[in-house]
Amino acid sequence: MSVDATTVRRIAHLARIAVTDAEVPHLQGELNAMLAFVEQLSEVNVDGVEPMTSVTPMQMKKRGDVVDDGEIADAVVANAPATEDHFYLVPKVVE
Amino acid sequence: MNATVKPSQLIKGATGDWEIVIGLEVHAQVTSNSKLFSGASTEFGGEPNSHVSLVDAAMPGMLPVINEACIRQAVRTGLGLKAQINLRSVFDRKNYFYPDLPQGYQISQYKSPIVGEGEVIVDLDSGDSITVGIERLHLEQDAGKLLHDQHATMSFVDLNRSGVALMEIVSKPDMRTSEQAKAYVAKLRSILRYLGTCDGDMEKGSLRADVNVSVRKPGGPLGTRCEIKNVNSIRFIGQAIEYEARRQIGILEDGGPIDQETRLFDAVKGETRSMRSKEEAHDYRYFPDPDLLPLEFSQAYVDALKAELPELPDAKKARFIRDFALSPDDAGVLVSERESADFYEAVLGKLANAARDGKLAANWVINELFGRLNKDGHGIAASPVSAAQLAAIVDLIGDATISGKIAKDLFEIVWQEGGDPRALVETRGMKQVTDLGAIEKVVDDIIAVNPDKAAQVRDKPAMIGWFVGQVMKSSGGKANPQAVNDILKSKLGL
Repeated sequence: MSVDATTVRRIAHLARIAVTDAEVPHLQGELNAMLAFVEQLSEVNVDGVEPMTSVTPMQMKKRGDVVDDGEIADAVVANAPATEDHFYLVPKVVE
Repeated sequence: MNATVKPSQLIKGATGDWEIVIGLEVHAQVTSNSKLFSGASTEFGGEPNSHVSLVDAAMPGMLPVINEACIRQAVRTGLGLKAQINLRSVFDRKNYFYPDLPQGYQISQYKSPIVGEGEVIVDLDSGDSITVGIERLHLEQDAGKLLHDQHATMSFVDLNRSGVALMEIVSKPDMRTSEQAKAYVAKLRSILRYLGTCDGDMEKGSLRADVNVSVRKPGGPLGTRCEIKNVNSIRFIGQAIEYEARRQIGILEDGGPIDQETRLFDAVKGETRSMRSKEEAHDYRYFPDPDLLPLEFSQAYVDALKAELPELPDAKKARFIRDFALSPDDAGVLVSERESADFYEAVLGKLANAARDGKLAANWVINELFGRLNKDGHGIAASPVSAAQLAAIVDLIGDATISGKIAKDLFEIVWQEGGDPRALVETRGMKQVTDLGAIEKVVDDIIAVNPDKAAQVRDKPAMIGWFVGQVMKSSGGKANPQAVNDILKSKLGL
């Protein structure tokens, strides 16, 4: 599997990352190198083997239905570049 | 899919009849204290970003831990929809970028939802009912809220809703009219409210629907569909479908194509319009969320939840019909809202003889109480007449202490002034006269002053009604009508 220049631009767009045309060949090469690395896994025959979801057999941990978090609006917005009255402010988006 | 479509369900176009095909995706907020994957509150409102944990704000390194109550609610809802419960399901990441979604993905369920196929039986106003198939139900996170009108160049982001658990309930494309779609949502809402798994409050956004609409020639291949997003009232769902179907028929009859797209319903103008079309909008690149293991539970867990389910509207309706001989219409009215059914059952619980007077009580709840509540614009929760008071009134009719006519006066007094109906009947002298001697005397007097009519009634037995009226009038409506009838018949020789 490998990606072409169009796919690189599309992935960047979906991730809302600005990529200049000059950067595309370089990124394409990096992505394809990663894909080639992962591709080696296809040499292993996994016929009839269930996909592994955990190294040790365990059940998903669950929480009780208790409110024990929140009420920390100062901390929640502490790192935001722009805030007002504990709202985050972002460049206007209207659908 | 429903096999046949009635002609009345078709829309007439310039080139012939058209059939509408409707499927709904309903987003129902799970009733829980805390969010699907964090310990922050789900309470509606709240100061901006106050019900937000660092998990909900997607701070680096935060990990989701699932709320077991939300799992339970989803399973219970699935059982209420007579659906397949999947003992193993998987959470996936649905990737898209938008400021109301700090993670950059919504945790949802894609290939393996917690609930599979089920069905909902929907009663229509016409008396018919249809079965709407459920395709699936899955758990997912709600997004945050954006405010666009606070600032000239910035949008405000409040993440209080971010991470609240939603059930997305997907129907099969089994509906053919806006009426059916509205009745389906009403029934679904009723089931959720009986189960206590969603409060169904559409004004607060606890229940909202994406409506898929397409049109075709009757029985022909399916047309291209449009999805109308986030419609938040049952009435608007109906309006959106009607508008959208006519829009699509107009385009097709002019020889144009329908673009598969997402549209918005404008409630003010009563029309749907295209959302600015986003290329690749549907490329969500789902993959299993590596932060979460598959969700697994045992059949015993499901069985235990099933054993504790409350009685749902269909079963309750059948029981009311069976035990109290209610008409299907009356039973349907009583069970459609959980509060109405609860009130009726509270009345039943207070009756001296529920088996005898259950039907009478239903008539009183529906005709007198609901009628009066509607007139005054009250909900049942604000009823000035309690279940115990109404039961006492019904008891008084049932045991022949008062007539139905007097009971209406008594109801009005209780509505206006309150008080114990039994005591009111005593203190205000409303008791029915069952003293046969007293009634006989009245009957004798009336026959004595109307010898001509007494003679005629032997040829025209229907004239007895006139005598009954006279006796009731002179007794102030308090004479027992049955006793009056019996005595008149014997005295007049009928």
